Amino acid sequence: MTERAGAPVGRRVFLGLVGLGAAGVLFGAHAQDWLERVVGPLIAKDGTGLASLLPVGRFRIYTVTGDLPSRSRSRYALHVKGLVDREVTLTYDDLVAMPPTKLTRDFQCVTGWRVPAVDWKGVRLSDVLDRAGVSTDARAVRFTSFDGAYSESLTLDQARRDDVLVAYELEGSPLSDEHGGPVRLYVAPMYGYKSLKWLDSIVLTKDVREGYWEVRGYDVDGWVGRSNGRDDDAT
Amino acid sequence: MQPDPARTLLRFDRVERTVHWVNAALFGILMLTGAALYAGPISTLVGHREVVRNIHVYCGLALPLPLLFAIVGRRGSRLRTDLGRLNRWSRDDARWFRRGRRSSVRLGKFNPGQKLNAAFIAAAAVVMLATGSIMHWFDMFPLDWRTGATFVHDWFALGIWVSVLGHIFFALRDSESLDSMLGGGIAASWARRKAPLWYDELTR
Repeated sequence: MTERAGAPVGRRVFLGLVGLGAAGVLFGAHAQDWLERVVGPLIAKDGTGLASLLPVGRFRIYTVTGDLPSRSRSRYALHVKGLVDREVTLTYDDLVAMPPTKLTRDFQCVTGWRVPAVDWKGVRLSDVLDRAGVSTDARAVRFTSFDGAYSESLTLDQARRDDVLVAYELEGSPLSDEHGGPVRLYVAPMYGYKSLKWLDSIVLTKDVREGYWEVRGYDVDGWVGRSNGRDDDAT
Repeated sequence: MQPDPARTLLRFDRVERTVHWVNAALFGILMLTGAALYAGPISTLVGHREVVRNIHVYCGLALPLPLLFAIVGRRGSRLRTDLGRLNRWSRDDARWFRRGRRSSVRLGKFNPGQKLNAAFIAAAAVVMLATGSIMHWFDMFPLDWRTGATFVHDWFALGIWVSVLGHIFFALRDSESLDSMLGGGIAASWARRKAPLWYDELTR
């Protein structure tokens, strides 16, 4: 009896798994939502922290520089400058004292990962801009990060939307270093890369300038669904 | 003819060993860079996301090349034969999975655990390449597919970690077997014990 006879189980396992992978691409978005609802609460209760390594409702932590930027809330300062009536510098306490806005939205990365129903709290970017007074010739807003590399831009119209925040809380806790704290931008209707982390300054400009990810090929208008070569439904 | 149990049999030829170690290096890089892209604490430790991502993408695209290069022509004949062995399951292979029956079964060159592992890792490589491509060239695919591809990529990555760590664990427990992936040869006594059908085939 030669061992090369016998059923081709290896091929069946191989094809089955490839089929499973293909089905996962087509229906994985739904499967993930389901897992999030069913398994998410169990993971939150797991004391060992091991379950948090499972791919359920995970943020990927992007840092584009070599270290994790960090600034304490007491030393934090947000500069608003450029084409403004008067340059202002807001401390963390200044921001928290302004009227807060809460939003709960899915966080969607352009490459595909999604964290469902994330709670954000912050102040409207529009209110922050009004503190400095926007000059009539300003058309765009540029954001820089205290990591020294990350930058982003919005048109003034986009920046004035109700769902664009200068955020300081995530899921009910102060923003951690990993998530871009103590203060970051949160542009709800756009992909994650538009929500600049470690917000350092807001500069009013005449026109939109490409930011860190846009120089690397991403769309400046990063609407979820309707950008980066696609016209899909927003999530 | 009664063979000498002290003599050495060729278990893996140079082509197979080279493919194995090149693949091992690529898998190692992919798993470590993948971990740095996926797990927050490692991401923040390593940083430099663009560089890490580029290493991950290029190693991923290179992954099928060693096997495809080695499998063709005369140099690939042993590799092709061994892939054929990995594919076919005997009745004894199926029985091996049931507890208590292991002493009575006669296995071939590869045991059923190795066969299952090979089928999984081959499928995983294809799935990772496809889903990774969707994530990398995202602007060609609907948003739901990208989310699905990320979902699949994450779960298969977890499976690959289990499979590769298991593979290394079993290799370290059997130093003769591990040595043969370095030098190619293995004692005939090992083959008679662990792979009797293969031993019969070579010595009959």
